[in-house]
Amino acid sequence: MMSHRGLLINQKFTAEGGKIETQDPRTPEMGAAWAVSVSPHIRKGFTTSQIMWTVIATLMPLLLMSIYNFGFRALLLTLVSVVSCLVVEAISQKLLGRPLSFRDGSAVLTGVLMAFVIPPGVPYWLPAIGAVAAIFINKELMGGLGFNVWNPALVGRALMMASFPVAMTAGWLPSRPFSEAAVPLTQYVYGGLDAVSQATPLNWMKQFGLQSMIEKFGGLDKVYLDFFVGYMPGCIGETSALLILIGGLVLLGMRIITWHIPVSNVVTVAALTWVFGGDTWFSGDPLIGVLSGGVMLGAFYMATDYVTSPTLKRGQIIFGIGVGALTVLIRLKGGYPEGVCYAILLMNCLTPALDEWFKPARFAPPKQAPVAAAGK
Amino acid sequence: MAGVSFVKGGVHPEEHKELTQHLPIEEMPPPKEVVLPLSMHFGAPAKPIVGKKQEVREGDPIAVVEKALGATIHSSVTGTVKAIEPRPHPIMVRCDAIIIERDPAAPPRQYESEDWRSLTREQLLGRVRDSGIVGLGGAGFPTHVKLSPPPAAKVDTLILNGAECEPYLTTDHRIMLEQPAKVIEGAKIILKTLGIKKCIIGVELNKPDAINALNKVLEKARRDDMSVSVQGMRVKYPQGSEKQLIFALTGRSVPGGGLPFDVAVIVQNISTTLAIFEAATMQKPLYEKVMTVSGRGVRRQANLKVKVGTVLSDVVDYLGGTTDDLVKIVTGGPMMGFAMSSLEVPVVKTTSGILFLGSKETDLSPHGPCIHCGWCIEACPMGLSPKEVGIYVEAGRGHLTEKFGVMECFECGCCAFVCPAKRPLVQFARLAKMDIKRRGA
Repeated sequence: MMSHRGLLINQKFTAEGGKIETQDPRTPEMGAAWAVSVSPHIRKGFTTSQIMWTVIATLMPLLLMSIYNFGFRALLLTLVSVVSCLVVEAISQKLLGRPLSFRDGSAVLTGVLMAFVIPPGVPYWLPAIGAVAAIFINKELMGGLGFNVWNPALVGRALMMASFPVAMTAGWLPSRPFSEAAVPLTQYVYGGLDAVSQATPLNWMKQFGLQSMIEKFGGLDKVYLDFFVGYMPGCIGETSALLILIGGLVLLGMRIITWHIPVSNVVTVAALTWVFGGDTWFSGDPLIGVLSGGVMLGAFYMATDYVTSPTLKRGQIIFGIGVGALTVLIRLKGGYPEGVCYAILLMNCLTPALDEWFKPARFAPPKQAPVAAAGK
Repeated sequence: MAGVSFVKGGVHPEEHKELTQHLPIEEMPPPKEVVLPLSMHFGAPAKPIVGKKQEVREGDPIAVVEKALGATIHSSVTGTVKAIEPRPHPIMVRCDAIIIERDPAAPPRQYESEDWRSLTREQLLGRVRDSGIVGLGGAGFPTHVKLSPPPAAKVDTLILNGAECEPYLTTDHRIMLEQPAKVIEGAKIILKTLGIKKCIIGVELNKPDAINALNKVLEKARRDDMSVSVQGMRVKYPQGSEKQLIFALTGRSVPGGGLPFDVAVIVQNISTTLAIFEAATMQKPLYEKVMTVSGRGVRRQANLKVKVGTVLSDVVDYLGGTTDDLVKIVTGGPMMGFAMSSLEVPVVKTTSGILFLGSKETDLSPHGPCIHCGWCIEACPMGLSPKEVGIYVEAGRGHLTEKFGVMECFECGCCAFVCPAKRPLVQFARLAKMDIKRRGA
């Protein structure tokens, strides 16, 4: 007889909640020499952590752009945000007796995205506060990855906005071309910020109207181009529609996201801005509506979060339209100049309902089968 | 050639058929001893009609099922009954089996061929029943029962399943390529027992040589007989699943809980058709099995014709042993097959392959929480919500998953195949079904 000994691997699945022992019953009796588990025995390559790290990778050009735009402050704030998210996650998991999961990249992704939706001029300690809300309250207390109702990064932002409104609404910095290179990069890190504070396009529009904003930012053509490339004051990672589009297309190409949420979201913002965004009906500027603020980052990176958005395509389109409509409603009628964050958080509440309303079409559900019944 | 396919869900696993698809079917010498489990297929276990130390001939019936759904079991070698005792079983863990020690001097049994056309429908059905033929695609439903549909069914179409959509497996491919005339004759025998005139052989387009071989035989006979045709199918797993196959070839949907009868169709596997041919023309019982032995964990890959009851360790020895890289042994295909923990399990009638998977061919990583990506829903050919079933089962609420259609799940494994969290979704579905049945009973 030849030797048939293989590697000793025993896969043991113990489901946490229902105490279901799912290990194969054959193993103890026969003395397994090989891995034994229920089919299928082959898997597709993509793992949860690969998805997370891929999304993070597509965000890196935006981080470089923000460093160029707003100085090393942007990088430091992002690092603070990422590290706080990791630390808060590790502490919460220790407290709750869960295995540490920092390797899966989800806390890092939350950290990056949370930094990307805050102004570059806020104090360095602020993201740490946001991380507690995003990770501990919103994610780990709800049951960990997969069980949160709201987008973690946006919960972090919402808490920072509610608790530190002055820092969150005044911490804007001029983007590099507007600072005329007069302010050295180091000053952004250490220097006083009040001196360089500047209103964002959405702030300006809220106070003085569309025409005044276009004049302030150098005329319509320059506005379109600068806003598209990302030369405008705004949140750390929200300014460059161009880089967000490139990242989003990479994710679409890799089939990590689908077009349903981003397209329905952006089209709704454009359409409603065009109809209601001007002094009279049908005189708004849809392009400025889409390029300013957080619409693009929200549509491609926030609203597409698997956990907090609907699973079915039809539900996703309703979700995207809802986010777009609420964004424009808050922008035009609400107290804030920007509405993407709250629009997505509000639609997140509807996700379980949308999943309940839109179920997959079954291949052929049971019906009374007369022939088979007659044969029995 | 444009192919048809089912529409909903499905996946495209790496095929790995290149390991064996070019290898002719090779007959493995009979082993010293065979282990023939009394439960080899769907239905009641058979009762032994031989005793210890009794001599049996190759092809003799040794266990039968009376007055119940089941099939006769035949000795696959000439020799002496050594014992009737529990032995490892590829699916049922352990099961009573008849162990027969082969007489090395005995010559292989010869069968004479006769023309089946002179036989009546009842005689043909009788031969199929006496030969112990069951569906060789997987479930092992007794074929003589399947070939006697209730009159109300009004069956109009026979489908031969040549999809062989499971990765690695190439047995049906080789049979269609090497013995196309027998397969087509087998189809005509089935048509006669059913009293119908239409047969479609569905073959996936990754087997163009098999399609050509079948078409060549058909063209010769075309002048007087138009009943059998070949239809190419676009490669997609699980094309060979009964409901998906029927939909691809006829556009008819078998309702949940229903049978192919309900849409006037009967499906037979290619290997089963060959067995029917041999039973009808030679009265040769089903005790040999063509199967693919593949994977990077075995020294030599092959399409082997073996005696039913040959234990896996004999097959491994014949093929030169396993490699150091072997991590998992699977009987059947990698999507729906069963992992083995012992090489002492025998080949049964429904064993279509044995896979020795190396560390790069299988995935043993632990599973994580569901992130609701929805890929399982897109992959499910039945339009179910596997992720919900998994979450319910983990929460101890498997009995509430009937609303997601879990009873229609046939465990093709597409959901777990695409799951980025590597969740054991087929296992969850099985647990949910068990829970529902337990509470319903």
